[in-house]
This record gives sequence, structure tokens and C-alpha cells, in this order.
Amino acid sequence: MAQADGGRVRALLRSGDKVLRRWVEAAEVPLRGRLTTGELGRTCSDLLAVLVEASDGGLDVTSDAYAGARGFLAELSRDWARRGFSPSETASAVFALKEALFAAADEDGGGDLTTVLEASRWVDALGLVTFESFARAREQVISEQAEQLLELTTPVVKLWEGVVAVPLIGTLDSARTQIVMEKLLQTLVDTGSEHAIIDITGVPAVDTEVAQHLLKTVVAARLMGAECTISGIRPQIAQTIVTLGIEFGDITTKSSLADALLHAMRSTGVEVVRRAGSR
Amino acid sequence: MERVPVLSLGDALLVSIQVDLQDNTVLALQEDLAERIVATGARGVLIDISAVDIVDSFIGRMFASIAALSRLLDAETVVVGMRPAVAITLVELGLSLPGVRTALDVERGMRILRAASERRGPRPADEPDDLVPVAEGGGAAAGA
Amino acid sequence: MTTSTGVEELPIRSGDDVVRVRQLVRARAQEVRLSLVDQTKLVTAASELARNTLVHGGSGTATVETLHRDGRAGIRAVFADEGPGIPDVDQALTPGWTSGSGLGLGLSGARKLVDEFAIDTAVGRGTTVTVVKWTR
Ligand SMILES: Nc1ncnc2c1ncn2[C@@H]1O[C@H](COP(=O)(O)OP(=O)(O)OP(=O)(O)O)[C@@H](O)[C@H]1O
Ligand SMILES: [Mg+2]
Repeated sequence: MAQADGGRVRALLRSGDKVLRRWVEAAEVPLRGRLTTGELGRTCSDLLAVLVEASDGGLDVTSDAYAGARGFLAELSRDWARRGFSPSETASAVFALKEALFAAADEDGGGDLTTVLEASRWVDALGLVTFESFARAREQVISEQAEQLLELTTPVVKLWEGVVAVPLIGTLDSARTQIVMEKLLQTLVDTGSEHAIIDITGVPAVDTEVAQHLLKTVVAARLMGAECTISGIRPQIAQTIVTLGIEFGDITTKSSLADALLHAMRSTGVEVVRRAGSR
Repeated sequence: MERVPVLSLGDALLVSIQVDLQDNTVLALQEDLAERIVATGARGVLIDISAVDIVDSFIGRMFASIAALSRLLDAETVVVGMRPAVAITLVELGLSLPGVRTALDVERGMRILRAASERRGPRPADEPDDLVPVAEGGGAAAGA
Repeated sequence: MTTSTGVEELPIRSGDDVVRVRQLVRARAQEVRLSLVDQTKLVTAASELARNTLVHGGSGTATVETLHRDGRAGIRAVFADEGPGIPDVDQALTPGWTSGSGLGLGLSGARKLVDEFAIDTAVGRGTTVTVVKWTR
């Protein structure tokens, strides 16, 4: 497209309210009333203004002149992805501009082929940009949701005055472990607890990275003035830790969450005794 | 260059770091503390870093130096209030501050100092009656 | 495609300058909404590198800019000096190795705290260390 300076397309874009009106009309069809005409009109009109300005710098949508336009389309995609629009619905709203431009070309003198082709390629390129940013926006929405889910599925719970625990369940990846550990350490501060328990009874296996994260969390807790115990290490995991040569050193480990709690309570000065009658 | 104030609190010294630490400030603090421990006969030093948003290797080394230096002068050092993000970063950096005792907050740090001071008995000139007994187990498991 | 915006340069001639570099990096990291832990890691790395520029390089500059790539944002910080240079980079990057009286954790530690790390150095001409941290 480098050869075309896009003068004709630009002229069409600027040919007045008719383009905008036709665009909105054409865009409304695939959206089937999921957006009010008012909102769609405002969106198209804002986008048109951005495109008019960008097209002063030619028709290459990857050029610097289009940075603002690409940003606008990315923002639009993000917004529509959140509101549950499909990628084709979003892109067709952009493609609808074609119809408006063709009609405008037709009107002012039959519309020569070059102009129509130029306009068509240009809108296609914009549609592609929209598609790409939509895909990215959706990924972002999904990862945000995954993070929210993570928050819900790995609660840090208070077991006793000064003792908090996080029971981990399922496969741990490095990102998840990191988030959970940060949350655990923050809970120590928020609740003024000197003991943390990471229970991995529900974790089938760990890799080096996850084992390292667990280890780093224990050391970080120590730097903050708290003690962190790891409980429920399965035989396979113990095997991994030994095979990988990870130094667990002087870290306190307990076979079960119950043992770990007892240990933590003892070190805060609480003695647990069975009442004479129940012996 | 700003100087970090050192306050006397019973037989302990309290350093509450509220400024962005410049290297020279760090060095000056180290000197000030050595002098004050000797001058006041303090048995403990509490460094409150709850307002500190980064600890790099230079600042980390200061904690280790102060701990070592105060031990020579027969005083305990406890670093209190390290933020989680700071602790995570220090560990990643490879600095685990061996030999530095830590506590969650000033109150718990004071408890550790009192327990330590009680174990060693008072300095000859000291009045022992402001010492508060601590719970069994001492709550001093952290750090070490 | 990576684009860069808002380039800012600060001199590194004194300990106070090192503090200013930390503050600038912190502000820029907050702007692109790096997580608190990632902000702390980046600022700590910047502190180590700025101190190296001052102590080993004599003096120099820090340049900070915001990057955008594939919908992610990042912060790039470049520390440049015209000091003696580093004769053996691998050795300098070994945790615990120092030519002076440091802990030898600055350079190796900074590398672990960031996502991208590069050293460009020549004996007698100077050293440039570039680091980048991306939003997750
Ligand atoms: N900008 C630089 N110019 C010249 N030499 C450098 C530079 N940065 C680092 N070095 C060399 O690399 C070595 C390792 O650097 P590093 O920051 O890891 O340790 P350090 O500065 O000696 O101690 P510290 O742990 O206090 O930072 C330094 O001792 C120095 O010899
Ligand atoms: Mg250094």
C-alpha cells in the first residue's frame, strides 16, 4: 500500500455526516440491538475522528501515525470483550465502514476501482488490528478471571491466635505458587501472626522451581520475624527435593497439618493436654 | 545528608528508619549506634524498618554489621517490621541475613530483647525491676 | 514490535543521586502498574546498579523509559559510565565475587531480580548495564 498516499480515501472519509450515518446503519445490523444506536453512534463518530486524523499520515495502519487509532481499537476491543461481544461482532462493526465508504465513492462519481480497492484494503487492515487486539483483550480477561479464581481457591486461614495456614491443593505452577506465597506473607503482617503453615498434602508433585519458591517463602517469612512450617510432604515430593539436591536445611517440616499446628501452638507457649477423664 | 535519629527506650535503643537511605546515612547510623550503645550501656537495639520500601545489599549489610557490632558490645539487635515485598526481594537477591534476629513489629521485638536481657542478667549497675516476664517458650522462636 | 515512551535521564554523581534514581524508577514502575513485589525487585536492582555506576564507574547516568509490547508494559533502566570497564564479566556476575570490599551480590542479584539483563563493557572505556521488567 506504500504506493498510495490515500488522498481519495481521505477525501471520502471527510465527505461529511453521510459516511458516519451509513456506517452506524451498517454496523447496527450484526450487533442486533446489543448496543443502543446512541452509543454505537458515539463510538463510530469518535473512531471516525481518530481515523481522519491518522489518515493524514497515509494508509499504512502499522505506521506511527496510527498509534492513536490502534490504541482506540485496542480499548474498544477490551471494552467489548468484557461485555461479552464476540470477535466477529467487534470486527464487523469496523468492517461496516467499508459499506459507508463504497456508497460515498459511488455517489460522487461512480467510484473508480483504485479508490474502492484502496478503501477496501485499508478497512481490512483496520479490521485485522481489531481482531488481534480483541484476541489479546480476551486473553487478558481470562487471565484476570484465573487470578480471581486462584484467590478464591487458595484461602489463607487463621488456625489459632498467631497461626495462619494455606492448604494447597492440585498441581502448583510457579506463577500460582508465587501469588499464594505473597498472600501468605501479607497475611502474617495483617494478622500479626508469627507462625505460618504451608500444607501441601493435596499437592501430587512439585518441580524444582516450585520447591524453590516454597523454600524462599520460608526464608522470607524468617526475615519478617515469623516461622514457616511445611506440612504434608508426600514421599514423591520428598524424593524430588532430595534428587534435585535442594537444600531444605533447617526448615521445619511436619508430616501432617495437625502436627504442624501442634508445633506452632507449642512454640507460642500453648500446651495441649488430654483431660484425665478421657484417657 | 540526613541522619537517622536514635532514641533511648528503657535499656534499649530504638532506630526507626523513615527516610530514603543514602549510603552515607547508613554508614553514619552504624557509627552513631556503636557510640550510643557504649554511652548508654544499652542491652538491645531495635531497628524498625516498617516504613522502608527497599533493602538492597548495602542496607542489608548494615543490618548484619550492626548485629555483629552490638554483639561485641554485649547488646542484642532485632530488625523489625520488614515488609513482605522487601523480604521476598532480599531472598531473591541472595541475602538471608544470617546472624540477624527479626520480629514482626516493635512490640514483639521488645519482647525478644527483654527475654534476652533476662537470660543474661542485668549489667552490674542496672535495676532489674522494669523487666517484664515473658510467656513460656518466649515467643522468640523466629530469627536465630 | 516494542515502542518506548517518556525517556528520562538522571546523573549519578553522589549517594543522593542514587536515591533519586530509585525514586524515579519507583514512580515509573507504579505508573505502568507493576505488582508491588515486582516494583520492589526492580527498584532494588536499580539501586545496586546505580551504586556500581558510582562506586566502580566513578560517575555516570541512569536512563529510564516505559516500554510497550503486545499489550504489556515494561520499564527499561540503563546505567552507563565511562569508567574502567569490567575485564571479566562472568567473574563479575558470580555471586559473592567482588573486586573491592562489597558482598559481590549487586550485579548477580540485580540480574535475578529483572526479566531482561545485558552488560556492555570494554576495559578502559566504560560499562553499560541495561535491565527490563515487564508487567505480568
Ligand atoms: N560499572 C562498573 N564498572 C566497573 N566495574 C564494575 C561495575 N559494576 C560492577 N563492576 C565489577 O563487578 C564486581 C561485582 O559487582 P557487584 O555489584 O556484584 O559487587 P560489589 O559492587 O563489589 O559489591 P556489592 O555487593 O556491595 O554490590 C565489582 O566488584 C566490580 O569489580
Ligand atoms: Mg555493587
